[in-house]
Amino acid sequence: MVSLTGYMNKKGQKRVIPGFGLTLGITISMLGIIVLIPLCSLVIYTAKLSPKQFIDIITGKRVLYAYWVSFSTAFVASLINAVMGVIMAWVLVKYEFPGKKIMDGMIELPFALPTAVAGIALTHLTTTDGWIGSLADKAGIKIAYTKTGIIFALVFVGIPFVVRSVQPVLTKMDNSYEEAMEILGATPFRTFRKVIFPEIFPALFGGFTMAFARCLGEYGSVVFIAGNKPFETEIAPLMIMSKLQEFDYTAATSIALLMLITAFVILMINSVIQYKAAKKAK
Amino acid sequence: MRKENKLVKWIMISICALFLFVMLVLPLGYIIYTSLSDGVKSFISSVTDEYTIKAMKLTIITTLWAVGINTVFGLCASWCLTRFDFKGKKVISALIDLPLTISPVIAGLVFLLTYGRQSVLYPLLEKFGISIIFAVPGVIIATIFVTFPYISREIIPVLNSIGTDEEEAAALMGMNGFEIFRKITFPHIRWAFLFGVVLCSARAMGEFGAVSVLSGHLKGLTNTLPLHVEMLYQGYDFTGAFAVSSLLILMAVVILILRNILEKK
Repeated sequence: MVSLTGYMNKKGQKRVIPGFGLTLGITISMLGIIVLIPLCSLVIYTAKLSPKQFIDIITGKRVLYAYWVSFSTAFVASLINAVMGVIMAWVLVKYEFPGKKIMDGMIELPFALPTAVAGIALTHLTTTDGWIGSLADKAGIKIAYTKTGIIFALVFVGIPFVVRSVQPVLTKMDNSYEEAMEILGATPFRTFRKVIFPEIFPALFGGFTMAFARCLGEYGSVVFIAGNKPFETEIAPLMIMSKLQEFDYTAATSIALLMLITAFVILMINSVIQYKAAKKAK
Repeated sequence: MRKENKLVKWIMISICALFLFVMLVLPLGYIIYTSLSDGVKSFISSVTDEYTIKAMKLTIITTLWAVGINTVFGLCASWCLTRFDFKGKKVISALIDLPLTISPVIAGLVFLLTYGRQSVLYPLLEKFGISIIFAVPGVIIATIFVTFPYISREIIPVLNSIGTDEEEAAALMGMNGFEIFRKITFPHIRWAFLFGVVLCSARAMGEFGAVSVLSGHLKGLTNTLPLHVEMLYQGYDFTGAFAVSSLLILMAVVILILRNILEKK
C-alpha cells in the first residue's frame, strides 16, 4: 500500500502529519553541532598536514607496531568471540536448562559495566598472583602485561556482539531442515556445516565486524592490562593518547585518521556482505 | 532426544557457563571481594571520600545532560526520519550512527581539535570566557557524542513498524502535532524510549576514553567516577579503586535488570 504521506509528497502537496520543519531543523542543527562540526575540524586539521609529514608519522616503527598489536589482538579476540558467540546463541535458543534466563541476562554486562572497571578487575585477576593468573603461571602462561592480556580484555568487551546478532536468526530458523537432515542420516556436524552455518553466516559476520571495530578502538579496558610497553603491548589508541599528552596534535591526528579509515573500510565490507545476503534471501 | 544429543547439550551448556563465569562473574566477584577485604569501614570511608562524592556528582550531572539532550534529539530525529520522505535521509541516518564506530579516544581528539588552543574557534571562546577543554563542558559534550545514537536507534524501528495510519487520521481530524505525539505516538514508543534511556545512561556513566582525553584529570573538578577509579588505581590505592568500582558495578547491575524488564515489554 502506498503510504498517504509518500503519495502527497510526490504530488508536491502539503504533508498530512505536522512537525516536519521543526523536527528536521532540530535534528540537523544538533547533528551539526555534535557530529559534523567536530568531524570537519578533524578534516581541516588534516588538510594542514603535508602528505610527507602524514606518511612519515604513520610509518614510524613504533606506530606501525602499535597498529599491528591493535589489529592482531582485535582479530584474535573477535575470532574467539565469534566461536563462543555461536555456541552461546545455540545454547540459549535450542536448550532449556535451569539458570538460562540469568545467563541470557548476563550477556550485556560488558555494555553496562564501565570499561575502566572491567580493565582493573581483569588485570588483577590475571597478574601472576591473581586468581586466574596464578593458575596460568603454573602452566607457564603469563596473561597480564602481555598480548594475551590484551586479547583477554578484548574478549570481555566483545562478548555481546556475536551472541546478540546470531540469536534472532537461530530463533527464527525452522527446525524442519535439521530434522530432515537427521532423518537422512547426516551427522550433527555435517548438518551444522551444510545447513545451519550458511543461514547464520551473514549475522555472524555482522557481529564479528562490529566486535572487531569496537575492539580496534577500545581503550579503557586495555590500558590497565596491557602494560603499555613500546614494541610489545602498546595499542594504537594509546599511541594517540600519549601523543596528545605531549601536545603533539599532528601525530595524534595522523594516527587517528588511519584508524578511522580502517574502521570505515571494515564497516563497508560488512554492509556489502549484508546487502548480498539480503539479495540472496529474496 | 537421543542420549548422545543430551550429552552434547550438557557439554555445550557447561562450556558457556564456564566461559561466562571466568569472563563476567569472576571479575565482578573479585572487585566486590577486594573492596571489602580491608573491612567495611575502609570501604565506607573510600566511598564517602570527598573526591568520590564530587566525582559521583559530576557523573550524575553528565549523565543527566546526555540523557536530556539525546532525548530531545532522539525523539525529533526518529519522528522526522520515519514520518517523512526527503532527500538526504540516508545521509542523516548514517551520520547519526557514526559515533558508534569511532573509537572513544578519537572522539576525544576530535573535540580537542574543535575547541582546543589551535582551533579557529578558540579566540572566540576565549573572548566570551568559555572554557570547554579540560573543563566540565568538555566532559559533557564528549559524553553526548558517544551516546548520541542510543535513543533514536531504539525508537526508529518501532515507529517504522507501527506505520503512519493512526497519526494521519488524527492529523486529518485536526489534532495538532504535539497532541498527536502525546496521545497517539508516545504510548507506542514508551518502552523503546525508556530502553534507549537506560542504554544511554549506562554508556554515559561508564564512558572513559573520550572523557579521559577532554577532562584534563583535575581532581575534584573534572573527574568522573571512572576517571576517579583510574586515579586511585594509579596511586596504588587498590582498595579505594575497587570500592568506587563496586559503586559502578551496582549501577551496571541495576541497569541490566531494568534492561531485561524493559525488553520484555
